[in-house]
Formats: sequence, structure tokens, C-alpha cells
Amino acid sequence: MPEEVSRQQHEAYQRIHGSEQFALLRHRFRTFAFSWTVAFMIWYLLYVFMSSFAVDFMSIKIAGNINIALVFGLLQFASTFLIAALYSRYANSRLDPIGAELLAEYDLEDGR
Amino acid sequence: MSDRTLTIILFLVVVAVTIGITIWASRENKSAADYYAGGRQFSGLQNGLAVSGDYMSAASFLGISGLISTVGYDGFLYSIGFLVAWLVALLLVAELLRNSGRYTMADQLAYRMQQRPVRTAASVSTVAVSIFYLLAQMVGAGTLVVLLLEVEEGLVKNLIIAGVGALMIFYVTVGGMKGTTWVQIVKAVLLMSGTLLITVLALAEFNFNISDMLGAAADQSGSGQAFLEPGLAYGATTTAKIDFISLALALVLGTAGLPHILIRFYTVPTARVARTSVQWAITLIGLFYLMTLVLGFGAAALVGTEEIASVDPAGNLASPLLAEAVGGGEGSTGGAVLLALIAAVAFATILAVVAGLTLTSASSVAHDLYASVLRKGQATEKDEVKVAKIAAAVIGAIAIGLSILAQDQNIAFLVALAFAVAASANLPSLLYNLFWKRFNTRGAVWAIYGGLVCCVGLVIFSPVVSGPTTGTALFPESDWSYFPLSNPGIISIPFGFLMGYLGAVTSREPASEERYPELEVRSLTGAGSESAHH
Repeated sequence: MPEEVSRQQHEAYQRIHGSEQFALLRHRFRTFAFSWTVAFMIWYLLYVFMSSFAVDFMSIKIAGNINIALVFGLLQFASTFLIAALYSRYANSRLDPIGAELLAEYDLEDGR
Repeated sequence: MSDRTLTIILFLVVVAVTIGITIWASRENKSAADYYAGGRQFSGLQNGLAVSGDYMSAASFLGISGLISTVGYDGFLYSIGFLVAWLVALLLVAELLRNSGRYTMADQLAYRMQQRPVRTAASVSTVAVSIFYLLAQMVGAGTLVVLLLEVEEGLVKNLIIAGVGALMIFYVTVGGMKGTTWVQIVKAVLLMSGTLLITVLALAEFNFNISDMLGAAADQSGSGQAFLEPGLAYGATTTAKIDFISLALALVLGTAGLPHILIRFYTVPTARVARTSVQWAITLIGLFYLMTLVLGFGAAALVGTEEIASVDPAGNLASPLLAEAVGGGEGSTGGAVLLALIAAVAFATILAVVAGLTLTSASSVAHDLYASVLRKGQATEKDEVKVAKIAAAVIGAIAIGLSILAQDQNIAFLVALAFAVAASANLPSLLYNLFWKRFNTRGAVWAIYGGLVCCVGLVIFSPVVSGPTTGTALFPESDWSYFPLSNPGIISIPFGFLMGYLGAVTSREPASEERYPELEVRSLTGAGSESAHH
């Protein structure tokens, strides 16, 4: 059997789950997380495929000994840092306030 | 003082400091939450450092710079997969897991499913992934220490492997998660500082002109411009290219399913701190891999690919040799000091990573198999922690034995296999459970066993285990390599997801669906999740 929760907790969960605030939180989280996951996976796979099947293009030199492959690779680093920072900002302003509010409601109902 | 004496002294300093930390951290270990999750009191930066410490194994520190120094650009492809993977952990896993689990990967499945089958499956896969990873690290440790200390093979090497194993058992049984986390933090700081020092010194040799360094690396590599372009290692045939894509998939999807990384998210007080720790980890790991790029090309330029490969064909000593070169070269005091320093950092890295892996498997054996499956939740906390310690000792002993048996084999493929299993067995069940209401026990069990068996099966029939193709197969004389790729991910990851889907849709489990709203609320808001322990 799954882990047990008390009746009080169960009701608190159910009520929060049905609330508009929670629907908004879930919608915002999923929209951000899913669309950025799709975006960075496509961007990463593009890089992987080009490294395998477009070597001539990747080998074009841009400046000195620095070629497209190196720049493309470094851009993967840049995009990772950027998406992480974007998510952090988004979560702080758009997710955390709703989450904190719902958590406070739950703790009140659960009597903790 | 000879080079070797200095290296040995620094190794002993590392051992003494880590033992000291472990004893210091163990003073406050009382409850199960202390033992498994370090009391959930670590800050975002602390856990970020510890996560980085767990992740930046000797395989990445020595292995990736070694690969870059021998095969050039293709070595860099590894770092990119290893880094981008953290976005999966950040966006989809870290926070939700922190809120819905307690000590192990299985907890969040067990929240809405039948305890015994899902905990057994998750535990099997946790132990499998951790043991694969552990063996690769320990055998690597033996080889490395032999090379660094220039000691004889054979008995000394066995003693070193046993010594590393004994230390690892000590950290885990005495220090628990708290001790292990502090060992990781210290190691991460050492590793980042040591790497930064060598990177700056190497760049200074070229007046900080990266293009000049790349040019020199290409000249000294024996491969010319091709050294700076993709394809030297993975571009020869279409099979090699597909193999590489398969590897790239396992790298990017495996990280968020590695049990020793997942349980790190339980060491912080809230999901928000879990997020901050991943942010720190991304920053630190990203900077680290940028530096290994310089180390790899720098080693090729300043030491030369031929020289690096003559010491160790896999290139594992590229970073230590580069340290010696930028310190003033062989025979100079500066060279000897830097070499010893980097060797000690590598040693600290090995000790910390093996400790993290042992703790993870021991926790899962005690919390999932013993307490929930065997004792059906009736075990006391004290019993559970005692079993965790015994399990750590047993797993450690098994790892020592297997490592000594496998010490002359090329088992570096086990790291890639660990990532492949994590991506094929663990990630599907994690994601389905968090995001799909209809998911259930049969789905989780099928995904985990299906992904695991598929991965291991494909590797057994791959060129890394038998046949003459790779030149380093375990059984080069006979050939049953019916599966042409060394990396199973491209087949096994979709297979794991498919099995999870099929398992779920062919069975109905109303209890699991009814509990899903609770899991959703809990994972997104932290309502009812495990609080910090004071």
C-alpha cells in the first residue's frame, strides 16, 4: 500500500488541488518547464547531429584557429547558463509567491 | 625531497583532513534524517558545491581533459552533454523530488504506488547504477595512484584499491550524509581551485591567446587541423556516428536519473534551496568544463599528444603532466609541486565520489529493501540506520573485491553504462510519476526493469564486451557482439519510456490515480513535505 496520510491532510490536498491558484501555479510551471525543455533538447540535438554529420560546416574557421564547432559548443554553455538564470527569475516572481501562499494554507488546515 | 615523497605527503594530508571532517560531522548524527539526508540543513551554495563534487568525478577531471588531449575536439562533446543535462535536473526533477521524497529515489514512486514492488525495482536499479559507477572509479583509482606514485603494479595496486575502499566505508558509516557532504564540499573547492590555477598558468604560456593555444595543440597533436574539428574519435563510420548520438542522449538524459545526484536534493530544507543548489552546480560545473577544455588543449600543446599517450594510452594523466609542464617542467621544483598538488586533488576527487556512491546504495538497501520490503515499515529508525551502515560496509567490500578482479580490464565503459541505465530505467519512471496521472505500479516496475535489462543486455552483446572491434573488449578472443553500438541509449531510453507507458495502460490502479492530486500539490508547493531537521 502507498504511504498513508491523515484525513485532514487528504482534505487539505484535495481542496488546494481544486483551487484556481493551484491550477495557475501548475499551468505556469508546466508551460515554462516543458517548453524550455523542448527548446534546449532541440538545440542540443542540433549541435550533436551537426558535429556528426556536418563536419565540413563545423570546421569553418571564424577567427584564427577558432572554428564554428568550438563556438557552437561554447554557445551550448551560454544557453545552459541563460536558461538556468531565466528559470530562476521566472520561479522567483511567478511561481514562488503562489506556492508559498498555498503552503501556508495547507499548514493552517493541517494544524501544524 | 623527491617528487614522490611530496605527492605521498599531500595524499596523506587529504586522507587526514577528510577523516577529520568525517569525525567532526558525525558528532551530531542522531536521527535517520541526519544519516540519510544530513539533517536537510545544507545551504544552496553548500549543496551546490557538494552536487558538483559528486558529479565531477576523476572520470571528468582526468578523463575529459585526457580525451581532449588525445582526440581533440571530440573530447569536448562529453563536457557539453554532461552540462546541458543539468537543465533536465533543474527544470523537471530537483524541486519536485525534494518535495515528494524523503531519503531515496524510490520514495517519490512509493508515495502513490504499491511500496514493495516499486521500492524493490528502484533499489535494484540504484544499486546497479551505483556499482557500475563505483567500479569504474575504483579501478581508475588504482591505475591512477600507481601511475602518480610510480609504484609497482600487483600487490601495491591491490592494497591501494583496498585502502581507498576502506576509507570510503569509513566516511559513509561514520559520517553518514553529513560527513560525506562535507567531504564533497572540500573536494569541490580543492578541485575548482587546482583546476583554475593550472588553467591560468597554461593560458599564460600563450599570453592568454586561445587561438594560439589551439594552433599549438593542433601542431603537437600529430593530427593537424582535424584535432580541432569534430570526428576524430566518433566520425570514422556511420556506425561510429550513431554510437556517438546514442552516447549524447544517455549523457543528457542520464544525469537527472543518477541516484547519487538525486538524493543530494534531500539535504536541503526546501525546494527553493534545491533550485539554488542546482543553479550553483550549473555555474561550477560549467566553469569546470570550460577549464578542462583549456587543460586538454593546453596539455596537447605543451606536453604533446604522443608523450601523454605514452604514459597512459587513455590520456588520463594529461592534467597532471600539464601541471608539471606549466610549473617549470620535469625535474623543476615548481613542476614537482604542481604535479603533486594536482595528483592530490585527483585523489581527493576519487575518495569523495566513491563515498557518495556507496552512501547512495547503502541508503537504498536499508530504507527501501530492509525497512519497507523486508520489515514492511515496522523497523525502527535506529535499526534502519544500523542496516544502512552494515550495507555500506558490505557494498564497499564487494566493490573492493570486484575492483581487484577487474583491475586489468578497461572498464571505463561502465561510466557510460551507468548514465545509460539512469536515463533508460530511472528517468522514465521519475518523469511519468511526476507528470502523468495514469502512471502506476506496473508502469514503474516495467520501466525500471525494462530499461535496466535492455541497457545491460545490449552492452553484453556490444563490441565493448566481446570481439576485436574496439581493441579493448573484455573478451577480445571470442565474438558475440551482435549489437554494433557501444552505447545502448538510443535503443534503451525509448524502450524504458515505452515499457513504462505499456505497463501503465495495461493495468488499472485506482489508488495510484487517486493519490496523484496529492503528489501534485505536494511536489509543486512543498505542502506536507519533509521539513528540515533541527
